[in-house]
Amino acid sequence: MSDEYVIEMRSIIKDFPGVRALNNVTFKVKKGEIHALCGENGAGKSTLMKILSGVYPYGTYEGDIVVDGEVKRFNNTRDSENAGIAIIYQELTLVKYMTVGENIYLGNEPIKNGIIDWNKVYADAAKLLKELHININPRTKVMNLGVGMQQMVEIAKALSKNAKILILDEPTSALTEAETELLFKILLDLKQRGVTCIYISHKLDEIFHIADTVTVLRDGSTVCTDCVADMTEDKIITAMVGRELTEQFPRVEHTAKDVVMEIRNYTVYDPDIPDKKLIDNVSFEIRRGEILGLAGLMGAGRTELASSIFGGFNARREGEVYINGEKVDIKTPIDAINNGIAYLSEDRKRYGLVLLMDIAENIALPNYGKISRFSVIDNNKKIKYANSYVKELNIKTPSITQKAANLSGGNQQKVVIAKWLMSEPKVLILDEPTRGIDVGAKHEIYNIMNKLVDQGVAIVMISSELPEILGMSDRILVMHEGKFTGEFNHKEADQEIIMRAATGGK
Amino acid sequence: MTDKSKRINIDARSYTMILALVAIWVIFTALTGGGFLTPRNLSNLIRQMSITAILAIGMVLVMVAGHIDLSVGSVAGFTGALAAIMQVNYGWSTPMTIIVTLGVGLLIGLWQGFWIAYQGVPAFITTLSSMLVFRGAILLVTKGVTISPLSDSFKLVGQGYISPSISIILGIVGGILYLIFEMRSRQAKMKYGIDVSGWNAGIMRIIGVLLLISLFVGIMISYEGIPIPVLIVLGLVIVMTFIANNTTFGRYVYAIGGNREAAAYSGVNIKKTNMTIFLIMGLLSALAGIVLTSRLNAATTSAGTGFEMDAIASAIIGGTSTLGGVGTVPGAIIGALVMASIDNGMSLMNIDYSILTIVKGLVLVLAVWMDVSTKKRTV
Repeated sequence: MSDEYVIEMRSIIKDFPGVRALNNVTFKVKKGEIHALCGENGAGKSTLMKILSGVYPYGTYEGDIVVDGEVKRFNNTRDSENAGIAIIYQELTLVKYMTVGENIYLGNEPIKNGIIDWNKVYADAAKLLKELHININPRTKVMNLGVGMQQMVEIAKALSKNAKILILDEPTSALTEAETELLFKILLDLKQRGVTCIYISHKLDEIFHIADTVTVLRDGSTVCTDCVADMTEDKIITAMVGRELTEQFPRVEHTAKDVVMEIRNYTVYDPDIPDKKLIDNVSFEIRRGEILGLAGLMGAGRTELASSIFGGFNARREGEVYINGEKVDIKTPIDAINNGIAYLSEDRKRYGLVLLMDIAENIALPNYGKISRFSVIDNNKKIKYANSYVKELNIKTPSITQKAANLSGGNQQKVVIAKWLMSEPKVLILDEPTRGIDVGAKHEIYNIMNKLVDQGVAIVMISSELPEILGMSDRILVMHEGKFTGEFNHKEADQEIIMRAATGGK
Repeated sequence: MTDKSKRINIDARSYTMILALVAIWVIFTALTGGGFLTPRNLSNLIRQMSITAILAIGMVLVMVAGHIDLSVGSVAGFTGALAAIMQVNYGWSTPMTIIVTLGVGLLIGLWQGFWIAYQGVPAFITTLSSMLVFRGAILLVTKGVTISPLSDSFKLVGQGYISPSISIILGIVGGILYLIFEMRSRQAKMKYGIDVSGWNAGIMRIIGVLLLISLFVGIMISYEGIPIPVLIVLGLVIVMTFIANNTTFGRYVYAIGGNREAAAYSGVNIKKTNMTIFLIMGLLSALAGIVLTSRLNAATTSAGTGFEMDAIASAIIGGTSTLGGVGTVPGAIIGALVMASIDNGMSLMNIDYSILTIVKGLVLVLAVWMDVSTKKRTV
């Protein structure tokens, strides 16, 4: 009877100290389908997949894993690989100084007479890449590839191990639209070849675009498994959050006041190629009490512009920055913070948080000047600030001494927001503030933004999600290849207008 | 918000090491027929430990920030030699000698900090270079001969004792200061409306600390009193723990070691912080050099050889991460005690130095292995 399912996870229970991460989850995947798995952060998706891929070995959970009708006990990831299961993580795991071919066969090298048969490595890799219609030379070093291509190499690596079941964890979060299209093409192609795919994603449009079936997890339990054709976006969102989302974006009308920051004739050069301009002579201003949306495709230069203004981008630049009409010279983030500029990076784990440190310390890090005297810290003030932000921003944690590493993505992002709120910025630059964050936390972050704007903060929001740009911005600037190609009031803009400007069309 | 791990500022590896330390002491006491646990031997033990401990305290800062310092042994030897020369060849007074020697330590720290913090040369390379440079410099300034003897007042730094009666007074003053500190921190917490429940746990802690002080003073006065180098170490532990936990500089050190890029994006002045770390390390190396020369009553050409390894091993055994971001000063002291206890116990048993060195090497691996294997494996 279980013939039609290639994977059945039955009544899975997984406990972490103090928390039940999975409570009786049943998850069945049919052979040859693309099965979307969605749920808010912390719903248990990753935990479930870690059990399936052997990261959490047999014995650390309750329940059965059945692959092709056979009960399996995975003691490690290799066991699960041998059963044909391969997982591709959100953070790619390639060795960037090695070539594509070396990476594909890493740990699996073809051996002839005790020596690696390099000819076979590259010949097989080339064949594999060709089958996937990926046009790269297997002798290219991975560091020279974009994120999208690296993902394709990961898929090729999985297939080289004869994977029949491919698990993709948020594969498109770092991909451009074109790369996403290519990924979808490859997945559909693999489906034709009988490869089953489990696709974890927050992006509902992708699920509707590509998946056959969708399973929704909420708080460690399966809410539903349905054919995608029978679902609607609203139904999935409702299943994920357990409540109706009346409005996705809480739009509040703001009134822009005086100009707080002005950028004039700003140019940023490529750190590696001295003559290449990443940002080409742009000028703009941001007013107190408005949200300025910075739209554009990936690679348009928005992050480079923002981190350069913040003093964090290590490259030559020209141009002027004025704060409240006064010219300022920002060389390092220290100068920026002193001038009332805060920058929330798109990569919160790399630039936003010290994961080893607790919530209170992360919030205090840029603000020690405020809670210390003669550089001796008043720890009680630190605790007081942290507690008040945990409450204000609804950061879900048992205590402010919880390490940042143990928080979910949404709560981590709130900690980063809290640390910048404590610095009382005039200009808050938010770079992809809701990336990788569940629906509920997104909504909370939007509300925080509106509140800040009411308090007179100027917000610059960089986002690759057009609905977010349209739903939250008062004014929208569109960037394409380092130049602004359009400025719109939110009332006159729609997705097509912005997309046209973002792709360089007029 | 009462959280135990926050109040008791020692991590899991240190707890394991306290247990290991107790085990080591029990074993040596049994094997030496009680000779290990006499006040005289315990006094010697912590006196022997003091130089490694001074260096390990600085090494914690260096390693928490993600660096390493291989030059501390050579720098201690070099500064110790300079101190001897000032005293023996030039007849400088003891206070003058100490101040100038510490100044030289700061200059050496400045030199290392210049390359590491401002020129971007990795600490491993910079300090490896200094290890050679200052080993050579010792030979240069001493012309290859042992310099001795030193003045009586200078010898006190490494060999002297606080008399038993003053030791008792120091113990009582320490206990009272600690009580005042506890009361004030409780009052400050209440002022900010922070929950101070768990008063029982607090009382237990206070009693524990007071008992520890009494026990320590009791053992020390049963012999000659508190050794001066041990008093120096105790002072450093208090000051450096405070710096690590309660100053912006200290927290920046941990932030840089935990995530350098996030620290930079949070406005931490990384260059200045790294420079300060090596200034402190230079100062502590010179202090270790002074104590060393004073204890030996001579400056030798091989002085300080291998000290860097003892200091690094103590820090690691005491819970400092080689990857940065994690480590405590009290932990490093426990690490130094473990190393010194093995040293001392095996010498008492007349075990050959070669075996002793092998055992110390193996303990380092064992200590880290115990820690790694008790931690849950994460991916």
